[in-house]
Formats: sequence, structure tokens, C-alpha cells
Amino acid sequence: MTRRYSALALLKEGLTGQKGWQPAWDDRPLRPRYDIVIIGGGGHGLATAYYLARTHGITNVAVIEKGWLGGGNTGRNTTVVRSNYFFPESVRLYDLSLKLYEKLSIELNYNIMLSQRGMVSIAHTPSEMEMSARVVNAMQINGTDAELLDADGVRKRLPIHHGGPDARYPALGGIWQGRAGTARHDAVAWGYARAASRLGVDIIQQCEVEDFIIEGGRCRGLCTSRGEVRADRVGMAVAGHSSALAAKAGFRLPVTSYALQACVSEPVKPILDTVVLSPGTGTYASQSDKGEIVIGGALDRVPSYGQRGNLPVLETVVAGLLEMFPAFRQLTLMRQWAGIVDVVPDSSPILGESPLPGLFLDCGWGTGGFKAIPAGGTLLAHLLATGQHHDISRPFDLDRFHTGRLVDEAAGSGIAH
Amino acid sequence: MQIFSCPFCGPRPEPEFHFGGEAGNDRPVGGALVPEGEWAAYLHLRHNPKGSTREIWMHRTCLEVFVMERDTVTMQAAPGVALGGPT
Repeated sequence: MTRRYSALALLKEGLTGQKGWQPAWDDRPLRPRYDIVIIGGGGHGLATAYYLARTHGITNVAVIEKGWLGGGNTGRNTTVVRSNYFFPESVRLYDLSLKLYEKLSIELNYNIMLSQRGMVSIAHTPSEMEMSARVVNAMQINGTDAELLDADGVRKRLPIHHGGPDARYPALGGIWQGRAGTARHDAVAWGYARAASRLGVDIIQQCEVEDFIIEGGRCRGLCTSRGEVRADRVGMAVAGHSSALAAKAGFRLPVTSYALQACVSEPVKPILDTVVLSPGTGTYASQSDKGEIVIGGALDRVPSYGQRGNLPVLETVVAGLLEMFPAFRQLTLMRQWAGIVDVVPDSSPILGESPLPGLFLDCGWGTGGFKAIPAGGTLLAHLLATGQHHDISRPFDLDRFHTGRLVDEAAGSGIAH
Repeated sequence: MQIFSCPFCGPRPEPEFHFGGEAGNDRPVGGALVPEGEWAAYLHLRHNPKGSTREIWMHRTCLEVFVMERDTVTMQAAPGVALGGPT
């Protein structure tokens, strides 16, 4: 029986007909009672279960998932990881995530294919250059890596970019974060699921939450499509569906759900070796290990729970890509998809206890949830285990929408989500 | 391309329209006397329903604001209705 992945295990299994591999996680029935139940078997929910078991020693935990593991936004993003934010609170949060990603393959014994190929955010105008300098300064002061590129610096890193003086969107420079990159999105979900399952967490798929069990004004468990389950504390990491579950729990959130599209081209030989973002064209792109160009852009501006996306936004994104890289004109698109993202007014996540005591939130990541999976898991696990905020999650409590102390990254770093 | 229907201009392509928020989220009356929790709810809290919803939209080409009933899952949209009564 092969449980640990290694070169030696590969060799052994190769010689013995690949018969010893075990399922990565166990398929167990839902039990009627747990210490902690987590709603949502995406990256954040599975990471939460893993950190509850590993960091806090709480293994009487279930993760319940309506569909299949990583089938929501974890499987629908563009796999970019980075921490190029403006406010100290945000950099602490996203840099924690990036640092955890950097050692995750070894920690989970699962290759998440992290590729820190760096990311260029191009500045097209003098005012964008000034904003870039401001963000680079903020990132350096906050202790993460950032470098201000001039036009030559962009040209060196992106020789195929159409950004000369004659271009519609000339590249005057940009922000470079060398530790940014991509990771294999499915592997992140599966790696956390496997590690959590090994530590004793029950992972229940095809199990939908129908209602909350509320007794004495407190969340005591859940009614699910597989029966009732009780728990001391419940965590919720369901991204674009947060409002729909919050309505069942009897409260509202400062969240609006939108479709975020992405698409991928046919695989081609290596041509783009960094992640590139252009706020001017509204398009970002990277090349996957398979050779596909992975392309993303802005939100569909129509609130939606339909995981499809609309044509006008796709057209804008592809037009932006061709403006930046005319050489991609001949590429054929292979797939297009959309995930439902939970957008909040200040473009920062919501972490903390919900208005229903006993129910804890990890939502509001908008278009940037994938890069935050290890941090979201660490912080929600801390909240569920202790009932208290971690220092890093405190600024992101729901109460900021009451006190007005927002962490406005849309204004700070100009991110779109 | 989805077609929305402006009550003044008729069916027009979706990029001409701008989402203006959920219908019925009326500004609290009373100025400084309104408790801050009520202001916070008005500013930030949303129903964000999965399914049928009533929303305020603007047709950006004629700049008229109207109410539209829409389904956030199927994306079906009824013709817009001019504002006039309570939203």
C-alpha cells in the first residue's frame, strides 16, 4: 500500500503494476455530531479543516460540499498567486498566504506545482506610473518584495509585448513582484483534502446545506441533504453563495455575487514566462505548464449566480489580450468558463464570527480567493478553534462595515475585485 | 449578448445598461437622527438573492433609471418598468 508520494514510491509502483495507490482521501458517511463542521469543500474550506487538525489538534471535523471538491471557484480561477497589495493589513494577509504556498508542496506531500515566475503589472500612463511607484513603496515598507520597472525593464521581461511608443497602450513601466506566480489549482484542493483526511477529517461530497439549526440564538448545526449534523462551531467558506446561505441563517452580508470569466487557449510552445496584468486593457494572462495561455479580465457587471459569463466581457478581455500580444491573434480558444465571486464594497475579505453566534465566515474574497487559500484556511481555523480573531484577521471582521473602518484595496492598489 | 428592455428605448444590448442596486433599498429618512446601524445597513448590506430579484438599472444612452425584474440564475429579464411609485 502506497500512502506517501515520492520518487521511490513512483518507482516501486511502476515496477508492481500501479496497484498499490490508495484513494487520496477517504469517502466516509456524515456522522450526526462533530466539534466543527465546515460548509464548502473548496480550497478555503479544505485548508481550514487541514489547519484545524494540524495546528489546533482538532480532528473531529467534517467538510461538507454541495458538489465535488474544488468544483467552485477553486477550479475556475486563473491560478495566480501574489501579494501586491497596498495597505499593511492586506499585505500581512496575502503575504502570509504566499509564504504558506511557498512550502505547501512539501508540507502536504502533494505537488501543487507552484511556479514563482514573477508578475508584471504594466503602467501605461504617467499617472499609472506614479501609482505604481506608490504601490511599490508601500509593498517594500510592508516587507514584501516589489520592484518598479521602467519601460526597458518591461521590455526585457515581456519581449513579445506590444508596448512601444506607437502602441495604443504603451508600456511606460510597471510593478514587478518576483515571488508571484501560479500554482496548480486542483492540486491545492486535492492536496489539502488528502492531508486533512489523513489527519481524521471527514470529507462529505454531494451534501447540500438546506438550513441552519438555531437554538437559543446560536448556530448548533445544519440540516443537510444527508440529514442533520450538529457541531459546536460552524465555518462557512462558500464564496459567491455566501449571501444565499446567510439568508437561511437570518442575516445579510455586504456582498454582491458576480460572474468572473476566464478562458484558455490551445497549448503552444513556451512564449510567456511571467504573469502579466494590464489595467489599461483590463486583461491578464499567463502560460500554463501545459502551454495554454490562461486569460482573465474584469467582472461581468450584471449580478449573477449563473456560472457562465457573458459575451461582451469576453470580447473586451480577448481584444485586450490581442492589443498586448498581437502574436496571439492566431491562437484558438479551447474553453471559457465563469465562477461566481463574492464582491464586497472595499474589495477586502470578510473573516470573523457572523451575526449568528457559532457561525464563522470566510468570504468576500471577490476575484482574489485562490491566492488567499492558505491564509483563509489558517485564519478561519484559528477563529473556529479559539472563537477569537487572529491578529491578521481582526481588521477584516464584518464589523468594519458598521464602524466604517474599511480596508479599501480598490482605492489602495487599484485591484478590480 | 443579452438584450435588456429599457421602458423608454425598448430592447437594447446589455453593455448599454448599468446596474444601480437592489430595488427597495431606500435611503433612511431623518439625517443625523438615523442610528448608525441603519446607515451601515443602507450603505452596505444586500439581499443578493439567488433567483428572482428586483433591481434598479440605468440605461446609459438615455440616462433614464428604471426597475427591472430579473432572475440571477437563469438570467431571464422582464422588460424594465419606469420609476414612479414605490420601488
